[in-house]
Amino acid sequence: MSTVFIALQANEETRPIIEAIEIDNPNAVVNRQPAMVKIDAPNRLVIRKETIEEQIGRSFDLQELHINLITLGGNVSEDDDSLTLSWAE
Amino acid sequence: MDMKVAKKKLGLKEKYRLMTRDLGWEPSYRTKDEVFPYVKYEGIKVHDWDKWEDPFRLTMDAYWKYQAEKERKFYAIIDAHAQNNGHLNITDGRYLSALKVFLQAISPGEYAAHKGFSRVGREFPGVGTQVACQMQAIDEIRHAQTQIHALSNYNKYYNGFHAFADARDRMWYNTVARSFFDDAMSAGPFEFMIAIGFSFEYVLTNLLFVPFMSGAAYNGDMATVTFGFSAQSDEARHMTLGLECIKFMLEQDPDNLPIVQGWLDKWFWRGFRVLGLVSTMMDYMLPKRVMSWREAWEIYGVENGGALFKDLARYGIRPPKGWDDAEKSIDHMSHQFMLGLYQWSFGTSLHSWIPSDEDMDWLSAKYPTTFDKYYRPRWDHIRKLAAEGKQFKNFGLAKLCQTCQLPVVFTEPDDPTMSCHRETSYKGEKYHFCSDGCQHVFENEPEKYVQAWLPMPALFREFEGDVGAWMDWVSLRDGQDNGDYVGSIDQRNFEQWRGLATSNT
Repeated sequence: MSTVFIALQANEETRPIIEAIEIDNPNAVVNRQPAMVKIDAPNRLVIRKETIEEQIGRSFDLQELHINLITLGGNVSEDDDSLTLSWAE
Repeated sequence: MDMKVAKKKLGLKEKYRLMTRDLGWEPSYRTKDEVFPYVKYEGIKVHDWDKWEDPFRLTMDAYWKYQAEKERKFYAIIDAHAQNNGHLNITDGRYLSALKVFLQAISPGEYAAHKGFSRVGREFPGVGTQVACQMQAIDEIRHAQTQIHALSNYNKYYNGFHAFADARDRMWYNTVARSFFDDAMSAGPFEFMIAIGFSFEYVLTNLLFVPFMSGAAYNGDMATVTFGFSAQSDEARHMTLGLECIKFMLEQDPDNLPIVQGWLDKWFWRGFRVLGLVSTMMDYMLPKRVMSWREAWEIYGVENGGALFKDLARYGIRPPKGWDDAEKSIDHMSHQFMLGLYQWSFGTSLHSWIPSDEDMDWLSAKYPTTFDKYYRPRWDHIRKLAAEGKQFKNFGLAKLCQTCQLPVVFTEPDDPTMSCHRETSYKGEKYHFCSDGCQHVFENEPEKYVQAWLPMPALFREFEGDVGAWMDWVSLRDGQDNGDYVGSIDQRNFEQWRGLATSNT
């Protein structure tokens, strides 16, 4: 088992995104550090467009994530509906 | 009446195909080998360039849109910083030294990476690769510009910022970063991608940008945290490109594995030596610290680097050769490097200092097996000398490592009381190294490294040992930019202006 992670700037735009990630990834651990939030998960983490849209109440293009993205760890796979980070099992 | 029908939006995959792959063409009046002359000599075999895919599927239109938004956010904060005396909001003037290291050693590296990606974007035949390299080339020049722009606000008030380009080219503690990028830029396109895209971006920039920038925020430096995170938002894409490049090479042909492994061994160690500067910034130069260098290494080196190499094991990749030696040096390197900066502080365009009791207690808590045993006694001795009015200075010139160019200040991996030194003879000349890792790099490509320009020999070759002439040449103003922070102009100004900012007298 390896840890995948994503780190986002801590700001008003990312607050609902982080909430959406917590909803979709019950195993995820959210670490709040100065100015940033780092979310770790065992092997796999999924970020879903639909869940983010439910949190923010507007349509959301997953590529908007780039604006507040700090770093990530894991193989990236992205389509219109979700972005997945994973390590080979 | 015509019905207005909403145009169907292109899906991400379709859009990527049209706006990336579809931009390529087959050359008709020159052969592919003539158009892309540098892509084969390194020995990497590629059978199908279309297998290269950007996992983010970012296309140029979306790229401009999001980058513009990042720039607007960046300048809003930089303006606020300049308008609100942001330079007085930092926790302590000592923190400025970390910014000076950053501007002298790292920002010019961003510019070098820009030049490198412009070049490899031209040299790679695959369209997906070309577009990704073009974006990264633009990102890197943006990083260099935003960093220089943000730090120019400090240059208005403090010393040591004014001649960062000279310091980068000529200063002994910066040429470790310069030589890293020069080495990468003079390599072939695939090796460049491993050096920058993989080793620097994936394995190392997390250690540079993430905990350090979080530290900048903790130390009240809005300007730096802003350019740091703005740059880092691009790094996630760069890391992904670096990882994609390595998987692509390994999937294209099994013959690529030993070449790729050799580059990983080399560039991990080259990058690890650049991190010597970063470890010192984190453990010594942040007045308020988020985490120690050791703690950052646990998260981004051991945990994340370990996960990465475990993942790549399916291709036959093993962790880089220097990994174990790196682990053994983690609890020592920041202390050894800070002691180096302090004893040669008359020749640095930044200030160093003797850690306070509180700092030393923090260091012993973070480094329980090494600090009190090996380093506190040295600082205590240096402090005793300073109290007697005798600042500890080393007027001997350090022997430099022919590969990483750092002074040979590190110890044996298995004996922290023994200075580590290796040497190799090549064509009748003797070359010195700081470690087995650097010696191996040299021995694999001696013809490259015998040409290295080293800063200490330059002092004698160019100036016959005249330190004053050397200071002019590196644009170091004696008594302003160098020496102990205590008693410096920076200290005096910071404290006086801060006093004015928080009182009416």
